Amino acid sequence: MPIKVINSGLATSVQDLGRPGYFHLGIPISGAMDRFAMRAANMLVGNKESAAGLEAVFMGPTLEFTEGTTIAVTGGELPPKIDGETKETWRALSIKAGQVLSFDYIREGARAYIAFAGGIRTPKSLGSRSTYAIGAMGGIDGRAIQAGDEIPIGAGDKTIQKGRSIPNNLRFSPRNPAELRVLPGLYWHRITEAAGKKFFSETWTVAPDADRMGYRFKGGTPLEFVDREQPFSAGSDPSNITDAPYAYGSIQVPSGTEPIVLHRDAVSGGGFFTLGTVISADMDLIGQLQPNVKTNFVEVTMDVALSARRDRAMLLAKIREALK
Amino acid sequence: MTSRYTFGGDEHIFVEIDEEMSLEAFFKSLSLTNEIREAEIKGVTEICPANASYQVKFDPDIVHPDDLLFELKEMEKNADQGKTTLNTRIIEIPVYYRDPWTTETLMRFRDRHQDPNSTDIEFAAKINGYKSVDAFIEAHSGSPWFVGMVGFVAGLPFLYQMVDRKRQIQVPKYLRPRTDTPKQTVGYGGSFSCIYSVRGAGGYQMFGITPVTIFDSSQHTSYLSDFMVFFKPGDIVKWKPINRKEYDQIVLDVESGKYQPKIENVVFDLAAFNKDIDGTNSKLLETLNAN
Repeated sequence: MPIKVINSGLATSVQDLGRPGYFHLGIPISGAMDRFAMRAANMLVGNKESAAGLEAVFMGPTLEFTEGTTIAVTGGELPPKIDGETKETWRALSIKAGQVLSFDYIREGARAYIAFAGGIRTPKSLGSRSTYAIGAMGGIDGRAIQAGDEIPIGAGDKTIQKGRSIPNNLRFSPRNPAELRVLPGLYWHRITEAAGKKFFSETWTVAPDADRMGYRFKGGTPLEFVDREQPFSAGSDPSNITDAPYAYGSIQVPSGTEPIVLHRDAVSGGGFFTLGTVISADMDLIGQLQPNVKTNFVEVTMDVALSARRDRAMLLAKIREALK
Repeated sequence: MTSRYTFGGDEHIFVEIDEEMSLEAFFKSLSLTNEIREAEIKGVTEICPANASYQVKFDPDIVHPDDLLFELKEMEKNADQGKTTLNTRIIEIPVYYRDPWTTETLMRFRDRHQDPNSTDIEFAAKINGYKSVDAFIEAHSGSPWFVGMVGFVAGLPFLYQMVDRKRQIQVPKYLRPRTDTPKQTVGYGGSFSCIYSVRGAGGYQMFGITPVTIFDSSQHTSYLSDFMVFFKPGDIVKWKPINRKEYDQIVLDVESGKYQPKIENVVFDLAAFNKDIDGTNSKLLETLNAN
């Protein structure tokens, strides 16, 4: 049962939970930037949490349905409209054959997730349907969706209760200013103690170049480096290192000026020092940051990172329970 | 070389084997990551060797970060330090140096270059003390290269020249990165050569282009039908200068499925290499050209 794309939105792509295992060849994990929202949307429509849906950035697509089904929209507050009538987010919605799904403007966050009962059934590439545009992998012909595309959908679970929703207290929405918890490490020793303190005490702003590969931040004081003679093959700038693998969520600061946090479509390695890593529990949140949002980086320990991760898992468990 | 272990958040352990690149550091990175892969440690999801470091990604719900850290350190301690051989392959990659496409591209970005009045390869030849571009091409294509890392983007190999340090080519990257690089450009930055696997932004100097497809997500390319990425860390590469006619022919052959890259299996011995670099390289090239 295909869905017809009338308007693609800004950069709407097919995503699931990604393709781990190929980062050593430069192929990133990809998948939904906000995995919590993607899982929640799938749960609402009775899919496996790993089913593929759409990730819409800032603007939603316009889609025409050729058959009736159940959908759900979660993540950033991007209110869906069915034949022009506004509907709720975080709720299972039924849509009939011939009806058109469109979206109002985004109220909060940056990315919305649209799940369809049965899930999107485009061909898999290395085990995943996630779109990785640089490598022309996944999605529809390895790219974001376009007007005129037909998106294949699987057979959905007919027993799903329409109108069920995720309780307010279990939804996840970004705070303002945003807080990203960071475990210092990697090449932290390359900056001075004073620079490290400033990095955490100052407020940064999300820069316009913020996408699936990474988020750039600006507005803080340039970092001071510890003096050293640059190692052979590292390059001459003090922010250079011998090209090394990058971690998801790692924070590089080219020339010490604007931090970049790598995300789901990360480059797998390169020649810039990294000062630490955003903890896994806060990665989803980054996907919901709009340009110009104020952001504080907060220093945490491994214990805090692991307990935050458990809290996130608990939240998902509660949603599973609530939807039983 | 004392390895430095550090956490990349709650899902990665990064191990810096050395601050500077050397074949020894790379060799250790590759051997250790091979062992880690074979050990099939529960919870480990990605094992990424690189030039002088490596990284492991794991699921902390399955293995505690401290336990994995301990295990990786133990593996390094118990690693066979005496082992200096590596079973790998040597591959010939044809390069059309000074081709029209990278030349056209580099001319568009002269404002981002150290030496706007030279081409990239003229600049590289000059600052490395070569009398002519031809002599520089001879140096670049004369010795074999080690693939030290595959990545940045999908399937892009970084290559390290297998000569002693004083003969190594060194070229700074562009002052500001270009917004465009042709697919399969043979580039250079710092002490690494690379092949751009896809078209896109880039900061490496552009010397030429290879007609050989090295990444194909559609897997239509005959020799990429098993896997879409051609290179692996540890591969040894020999550049072969070609002209326009040869270039055009190989492009056609790749498209029609006739092209088979020239590949031979070899055993690389680091100890023998360190004792006699040129002799070891000649033997590698003999194997490549034996058939």
